Amino acid sequence: MRTIRQVFAVTALNLRNLPQRLASSAVAVVGVGAVVLVFAAVLSMAESLQRTMLSTGADDAAVVMRSGSTSELNSTLLNDQVLIVANAPGVLKDGDRPVMSAELYVVTDIRKRSNNTDANVPFRGVQAGAFDVRDNVRITEGRMFEPGKNEIVVGQAAQSEFVGLDIGQSIRFGQIEWAVVGTFEAGGSVSESELWTDVRVLQSAYRRGNSFQSVRVRLESPESIETLRQALDEDPRIDPDVLTERDYYSSQSQGLVQFIKIVGYPLTILMAIGAVFGALNSMYSSVSVRGKEIATLRALGFGPTAVLISTIVESVLLALVGGLLGGLLAYLVFNGFQASTLNGVSFSQVVFNFAVTPELLGQGLKAALAIGVAGGLFPAVRAARLPVAQALREL
Amino acid sequence: MKYVGFVWKNVWRKKIRTSLTILSVLVAFLLFALLSAIGYAFKSGADAADAERLVVIDKVSLINPLPIAYRDRIATTEGVRSVTYASWFGGYYQDPRVQFPQFPVDPYEYFSMYPEFEIPRERLDAWANNRQGAVLGRELAEQFGIEVGDRMPIQATIWTKADGGRTWEFDIEGIFENEDPRSSSAFLLFQYDYFDEARAFGKGTVGWYVLRVAPGSDPVQVGNAIDAQFANSPNETETSTEAAFAQSFAKQLGNIALIVTLILGAVFFTLLLVSGNTMSQSVRERINELAVLKTLGFSDGAMLGIVLAESITIMLIGGLLGLGIGWIVVQGAAQAMGACLPGIFLSPQAMGTALVIMLGAGIVAGIFPAVKAMRLSIVDALARA
Repeated sequence: MRTIRQVFAVTALNLRNLPQRLASSAVAVVGVGAVVLVFAAVLSMAESLQRTMLSTGADDAAVVMRSGSTSELNSTLLNDQVLIVANAPGVLKDGDRPVMSAELYVVTDIRKRSNNTDANVPFRGVQAGAFDVRDNVRITEGRMFEPGKNEIVVGQAAQSEFVGLDIGQSIRFGQIEWAVVGTFEAGGSVSESELWTDVRVLQSAYRRGNSFQSVRVRLESPESIETLRQALDEDPRIDPDVLTERDYYSSQSQGLVQFIKIVGYPLTILMAIGAVFGALNSMYSSVSVRGKEIATLRALGFGPTAVLISTIVESVLLALVGGLLGGLLAYLVFNGFQASTLNGVSFSQVVFNFAVTPELLGQGLKAALAIGVAGGLFPAVRAARLPVAQALREL
Repeated sequence: MKYVGFVWKNVWRKKIRTSLTILSVLVAFLLFALLSAIGYAFKSGADAADAERLVVIDKVSLINPLPIAYRDRIATTEGVRSVTYASWFGGYYQDPRVQFPQFPVDPYEYFSMYPEFEIPRERLDAWANNRQGAVLGRELAEQFGIEVGDRMPIQATIWTKADGGRTWEFDIEGIFENEDPRSSSAFLLFQYDYFDEARAFGKGTVGWYVLRVAPGSDPVQVGNAIDAQFANSPNETETSTEAAFAQSFAKQLGNIALIVTLILGAVFFTLLLVSGNTMSQSVRERINELAVLKTLGFSDGAMLGIVLAESITIMLIGGLLGLGIGWIVVQGAAQAMGACLPGIFLSPQAMGTALVIMLGAGIVAGIFPAVKAMRLSIVDALARA
């Protein structure tokens, strides 16, 4: 009990004369703040990308492509193969019409607003069933494209990221003018990075004859994926890869997310190590500046434990202040920030919004706490072991 | 020079503090080295690009193929010295997650277009004489443990064969070298003739053209002339210099440069605080001593120099160690991840910049304490003791 009272007394004393050590304390605070800022930025980038890509995928929808394609862009399916998939067991039917959409996925160059250079924007040809296969897609402004016309609807994210996609504008790819007639949302998923049009129109614009790249179907239930896969595997007329939409998008996002983590984590860890050095330095100097004060306290009867703990508390508090500032800055700068990058697998842009979530900030504060403890421990031990008589004689 | 020993003694006066400061500086410059090497990789070798080479792609998108018939029309355009073509194959060897480029090309034309890739003449001839032959870069050959004479099956993700198969078997006829560390040789080349004959669809097209302009011709004018020729055709073209083409990919990845600059800015700001604080503490502690030095007749300039030299020494020790470790790590990473992140390279320019930053940061961190030491009034300082 006495020790606890002493800890409070010494800590309060330390904090009261903190302003006298402002410069060295600021170093610790800023160091930890920078770590948490970068930490939050890297993590939110990786998580936002993953969330954007994964929220696209449902468990009760399937993507069928030619086997070995790894991505829609590489696949080819002919019209009769599409019909085989549509009529296979496991596919949900609305009356006697299967809920499906055969799609063509190409890439077109459009300028990015942020750096005014051309980027590979995904351009998807869909059938009317596309809105039933994906249940989170809906037109928010304007209207749906009319089949057979050179009209497109654009995802919300694509509209704000790229130039010339506002409703009423028309955009030219090669020889063909396309009228932008509507905007759609898709629950923040990767579909919002895309432009959509009638698949027949896209086939003729890109001279793809009557070929498609993927078929999306609604499944009767998530378990029906096995029924569908087995039926198609046994059919000699088709050699497909059958994936749930969720698995497909998780395979598409893996490389990108892993890359950010492989590059981002080591950098953050390195920065954290640097911050520990900074915190150690400022705590050592705090102990050495207060040498006489600590010795006086010890002479008055304060125990070494109280001195030890109070030094660690000081370090942790400084680190937490830094962590909070870094987290706040990360939130102000990055939260809601829209960015886009090239996904190597699909060779097209993914537009995503950074989300600096409370969990992420919590993780950042935990890191700050760890840095504070690591930076305070050794100086605290030194403070506690300070030989009283000698310290009083110095200075 | 006579103060060297003195400065060195002062640097190590407080061993823990100096070591911690040096370690902070070390980490900062290690980060600098790694980030600039990664930043370099993202530029996709734009620095290594040949200013006389132009790339011709479809105007709508790189994924749209161009007719092979364009070859002769490009070749006869004024200002064009030579032209060749390549396509994107997009296959994999054994593991679909290990991606590396494969290009169907014309053997002789390709190597004369890219003189930076070196292959022994007899290997090139052997490849040209074997329809199913292929050559690959040294980096890739070492990664997969492949030697000349091996058979290498590549799984296609796009190009099925006319017989429905997806496995393309190649006889490895040669391994080419690339002495320039700024660009990668982690790719495989095989014969376009074989590719075009065996593929199920897309016959008679290529992915893009590469051309070399004649000496004295203006690359921009040549590019415009080519694009004008194909204007209003079903396949309009877009011709750009190799550097611009490489940069367009870097830009598509997003603003990597901005992110790198932000991180480095945060790191160096912290670094200045850490070392500036160390220096001002160290001067504050020795006010007495400095006053004594002045009393002994050390000039103001000498006082300034001694303190600045101390600050710069700490920066240089930490900075050079960090840069050295960074260089070793980058060399290791370039070998280990050559295929997944080609072109990681710590350029001499980046190292030069690092040196300038070390000196600059040393001066900025030391200048206030140094001026304080210079202006020290002997009477006041000694009286305070």
